[in-house]
Amino acid sequence: MTEFLQQLINGISLGAIFALIALGYTMVYGVLRFINFAHSDVFMVGAYVGYYIGQHVPEHTIWGGTLALVGSMAVCAILGIVMERLAYRPLRGAPTLNVLITAIGMSLLLQNLGQYFFGATPRPYPELFPVTNYQFGGLVISSSQLAVIGVTLGLLIVLRFIVLKTKIGTAMRAVSLNPKAASLVGININVVIAFTFGLGSALAAAGGVLYALNYPSIDPLMGTLPGLKAFVAAVLGGIGNIPGAALGGLLLGIVETFVNGSQWSTYKDAIAFAVLIIILLFRPAGLLGRFTVEKV
Amino acid sequence: MAGTNTGPTAVGNSATIGSQLFSPPPMSRPLTLLCSLTLLSAVALRADDTIKIGEYASLTGKEAAYGETSHKGIALAFEELNAKGGVLGQKLELITEDNQSKQGESSTVVKKLLSRDKVVAILGEVASIRSLEAAPVIQNAKVPMVSSASVNSKVTEVGDYIFRVCFVDAFEGNVLAVFAKDHLKVRKVAILTSVSNAYSVGMTRVFKERFLADGGTVAAEPKYSEGDKDFRAQLTAVKAAGADAIFASGYYTEAALICKQARQLGLNVPIFGGDGWDAPPLLEIGGAAMEGTFLCAHYSPDNPSAEVQNFNQRYQARWGSMPDAWAALGYDSALVLADAIKRAGVADPKKIRDALAVTKGFPAVTGQITMDAHRNPTKSAVILTIKDGQYKFVQTVAP
Repeated sequence: MTEFLQQLINGISLGAIFALIALGYTMVYGVLRFINFAHSDVFMVGAYVGYYIGQHVPEHTIWGGTLALVGSMAVCAILGIVMERLAYRPLRGAPTLNVLITAIGMSLLLQNLGQYFFGATPRPYPELFPVTNYQFGGLVISSSQLAVIGVTLGLLIVLRFIVLKTKIGTAMRAVSLNPKAASLVGININVVIAFTFGLGSALAAAGGVLYALNYPSIDPLMGTLPGLKAFVAAVLGGIGNIPGAALGGLLLGIVETFVNGSQWSTYKDAIAFAVLIIILLFRPAGLLGRFTVEKV
Repeated sequence: MAGTNTGPTAVGNSATIGSQLFSPPPMSRPLTLLCSLTLLSAVALRADDTIKIGEYASLTGKEAAYGETSHKGIALAFEELNAKGGVLGQKLELITEDNQSKQGESSTVVKKLLSRDKVVAILGEVASIRSLEAAPVIQNAKVPMVSSASVNSKVTEVGDYIFRVCFVDAFEGNVLAVFAKDHLKVRKVAILTSVSNAYSVGMTRVFKERFLADGGTVAAEPKYSEGDKDFRAQLTAVKAAGADAIFASGYYTEAALICKQARQLGLNVPIFGGDGWDAPPLLEIGGAAMEGTFLCAHYSPDNPSAEVQNFNQRYQARWGSMPDAWAALGYDSALVLADAIKRAGVADPKKIRDALAVTKGFPAVTGQITMDAHRNPTKSAVILTIKDGQYKFVQTVAP
């Protein structure tokens, strides 16, 4: 029983990170109907920005860690907006495939720039926040695992509030519903899309810093695998749906952890993706996604 | 050499073009022919003037810690040999290619070394999986390859042109199994294996065979893949299985995270690993969690023998840091190859191979090297522990 509960804790903390990255994928998809493959590399840049800020603030302090986290989110929000302005906006109205390929190109560009500027060698990550291990009976949970779960929950609530209760959130939903009609009623589409990219990239940066705090070795290709898993999580939950991304991330994290802890750990990716295929067979639009018939 | 020869060639070429554009031709046909002939002989001369040796290494990427120092060791050996006048009266030229620690890159860069640079021999790699990738290409080209530190036994089984200067995993696995039983006094071990790493899979196989034969048991055998960062699930299973010790048979990046997460989960049993642990980033990433862990290695700079201390001094004078196992093995691989070229008497791949195969009692930094019938040397290993954030010598284990 202890083992089961411990694995559940492990799974939730891993899933929370997938969820955090998945939120960025799903938001951009929700508004623009396109998958920003460079998202996982913004995640990597976020981890590195946190690393460099971490060099200038004292380790093991709440304010130092928070500064690194917020600073990295701010830098990546700007990166996201710049990326949208330079790479994606000129292609607005172009076929989806062109934008998709640009996104893959952007992803490769960020990875290679990362190798050029940061070096390809993995680096140890500083312990930005105070680290303690909490024990409950036989169960162990570290403060960084708790931080991941807490931050993910917090950001999920903030995101929900922004999308449902604020003016810009209403505008986002309007653009998502019908961009042309939204601009006819006076919504500045460019601002809304730039904001979406900024917000999504800030979430990726937060994910990057928290991921690096939990697994303290970073390199310019670190985003690829978690990015892929998060993308799967977003699809699993129903892409475009915010609570769906969180649910998908948690589910994927828990499934992966339980398989890893069993004797079938060799096949962990195979089993995780088999679960995805089975769920999509029964619910093609994802767990919380709504299936819509496209009108021709 | 090349510079002085391009002069007349350029003149010859422009004259040929000139003769097509204007008439009457400013240079007669026989003269043009003569120029082309000088060019041809210049090319032939240039190929003869240095002995070209290729190297493929993980200079960047995940296992850069291996490639970087093994390259420094090789470069030092080449500089020293060339300072003494080279081999067979010719200078050695090292052509290095980076495979970025990526799958698929090694065979590409090796093809380039073979077809474009026409090297007579190739040095590399540390990681077994990348040696295994490049070896068939090199074997097909019938060019000798000397791996510095790939311990997986399959590497030299690829063919008769593939050699190594380190011990094989069968020996290392035995050393660790005996060490776990006699020194750590553990009977129930959990083994963590990276399934996408040939080195790790090989180590697990030989360790398990010997440990079971000696009456030990394996409590759990969780697997992971290269690049994984979360091992909490596997370690929780290990904890539940009640293992006395953990053998992490993979490379340093994952091993450091495994130790860190094991300690976080309150898993305070001894953890040990193979020579894949021998890299400074292990200590940087793992930090305090690495204290009291053990590893089997090829070489320890603390070794008081004269050869080792002498090598340490020269390496430090050249690169400003102490050599590690990969530097020493890289250095040795270059010297063993140079010795074979010397004995072959000519820089011909086939002759070099034959000379390499009969290497006997070569005094290398990491111990005497004699190639057996399977092109593997028999050498001793060292056990190291980690204390105060540094590798400390424990004992030498003879074969």
